[in-house]
Amino acid sequence: MSTATVRSVSERLSAAGTANALELRGVTKRFGALAALTDVTITVKPGERRAVLGSNGAGKTTLFNCVTGDFLPTSGTIRLFGEDVTNFPAHERIRRGLRRTYQISLLFTGLTVFDNVYLACRGVSRGRFSMLRPRKGDTLVQSAYELIEAVHLSDIAQIKVSELSYGQQRQLEIALALAGAPRFVLFDEPAAGLSPKERAELVEILTNLPSHIGYIIIEHDMDVALRVAETVSMMHNGRIFKEGLPSEIESDPEVQELYLGGGHG
Amino acid sequence: MAVSDSPLQSEAETRRTLATRLNGWVQSIPIAYWVVGAIMLLMPLIANDFFLYQIFGWAFILGMIALSLMFLAGYGGMVSLAQMSIAALGGYMVAILGDSGATSISLGWPWWLNVPVAILVAAIFATLIGALAVRTEGIYTIMITLAFAAAFFYFTRQNYTIFNGYSGFGDVVPPRLFGVNWRDAIPFYYLTLGCATICYLAVIYVSRAPFGLALQGIRDNPRRMAALGFNVVAHRITAYTFAAVIAAIGGILLVWQNAQIAPGTAGLPAVIDILVIAIVGGIARPIGPFIGAFIYVLLRTFSPDVLQALSMAGDRYKLLIGLGFLVVVYWSPDGVLGLWDRWRARRRRRDPLVDKPEAS
Repeated sequence: MSTATVRSVSERLSAAGTANALELRGVTKRFGALAALTDVTITVKPGERRAVLGSNGAGKTTLFNCVTGDFLPTSGTIRLFGEDVTNFPAHERIRRGLRRTYQISLLFTGLTVFDNVYLACRGVSRGRFSMLRPRKGDTLVQSAYELIEAVHLSDIAQIKVSELSYGQQRQLEIALALAGAPRFVLFDEPAAGLSPKERAELVEILTNLPSHIGYIIIEHDMDVALRVAETVSMMHNGRIFKEGLPSEIESDPEVQELYLGGGHG
Repeated sequence: MAVSDSPLQSEAETRRTLATRLNGWVQSIPIAYWVVGAIMLLMPLIANDFFLYQIFGWAFILGMIALSLMFLAGYGGMVSLAQMSIAALGGYMVAILGDSGATSISLGWPWWLNVPVAILVAAIFATLIGALAVRTEGIYTIMITLAFAAAFFYFTRQNYTIFNGYSGFGDVVPPRLFGVNWRDAIPFYYLTLGCATICYLAVIYVSRAPFGLALQGIRDNPRRMAALGFNVVAHRITAYTFAAVIAAIGGILLVWQNAQIAPGTAGLPAVIDILVIAIVGGIARPIGPFIGAFIYVLLRTFSPDVLQALSMAGDRYKLLIGLGFLVVVYWSPDGVLGLWDRWRARRRRRDPLVDKPEAS
């Protein structure tokens, strides 16, 4: 295990009080000759809700993968609530309050809806290796059922995930990201493939999140993105080239040309 | 809880809720399980000593070793070919630490010390194998564990100071606990039945506990498990440790059954037999390995007679086993269990009286 995990509690607490939720400094990620991210610097305050927009291949998902630790950046630093997590494995970042959803649902198809959510709750608490079965009244079992309720899946809690519809799987995807005590969530195209009605539900779920939970959302649907975000970052070719309020971004001529006007990216 | 409750009252209440809980628990188990359990317990009334000792005893033992593979492969998605070697190490340790014919090597520790230590040593060995194997996927896991199995076989054959080389250990018998000779057919039957049942129930129980659930999550999607805060590598290694305990119990019983252990116990044919047993039985559920082991033992025991009746050489029993393996893998990749599940599903669908499928 990383030596960086050994860190005084007081240091972490004091850092968490004042620091930005997420801070990327000069993050670069290269895959061989291809630069997927070039010198990306982003600062997101606690509770801030940010949309990241950009055409396909702009590096948005790579950015998420670097933040969650699916792979390490080639250079640059990533700070989570003031703590340098650049070299942390993914599970250590998650235990510090980071969550994410995936563009293509990554669920446990051989398990039931309840088991999926229960695992998510268990992953960020003690007893991950427990060989004892949970009992009905356990706190984690309760919170799993509450989460299932929150994403409107209560009726099918005991159904295997492989039998769920696409929309239901997307809802479950969000439930997994909200387990435990999330402090910052990365949503990777949560609205992709949803019906208009399901999109409305998604916007409702996102806007109803407790105000201390900040997030970054990648979304192609501008209706969704601009309604749930307070600030917007525009990406192109692995760089952030513009940041601002939704209204500024919408009216920016450069953005219009690159993204909004140029057909659907 | 009300303060006015007298201790007597609450005690009676606890007893009542315990009784209802027990009742509910009894009713939650399907009748088929009670029937199978009763048949197993009453088997000594029907079967002769040969069946009890050689067929059932051996099938339970091989079933346990294959169950350890089923746990890793079915729940963890990791096919380990080292399970027979881990079982054999457990068996070897009982011979080395306890009593055997090789008096210059065996330490003569009492059973209550050598059995736990043997299981512990096997578990440590498996943890080391796991630590190396879990960083690989699919075919490479198979290759690494196969390498361990081959190395273990050649090491035990060539090392004379600890493993007594080619000849191994003889006269390794179970302790005469409670004045019973546990190598007699009926005691040995109950001994292996008891161990197999405990291992079977332990696997079922753990599969629904956080550790087992997490393992199945890792099988389905390791990347997502890391993104939920789980240490995937540590979980996989622990699965090897857990499976090793089951395998080692099987290995110790195997030594006691044969009263001897030699390198051939964990030779490559034996290593592959465990894989065949698990796959033929089915690795979707813990009962599969026991079904596979029963079929294997029947084939292994009676195919020479069948072959001779067909005027073929009796020692070609492996031909039958191989053909059986081919048939199962070809027709039902998920083993006999899969055949059974599909047959039940088809019957359910055809039944005109049942209009909706019941939950299995």
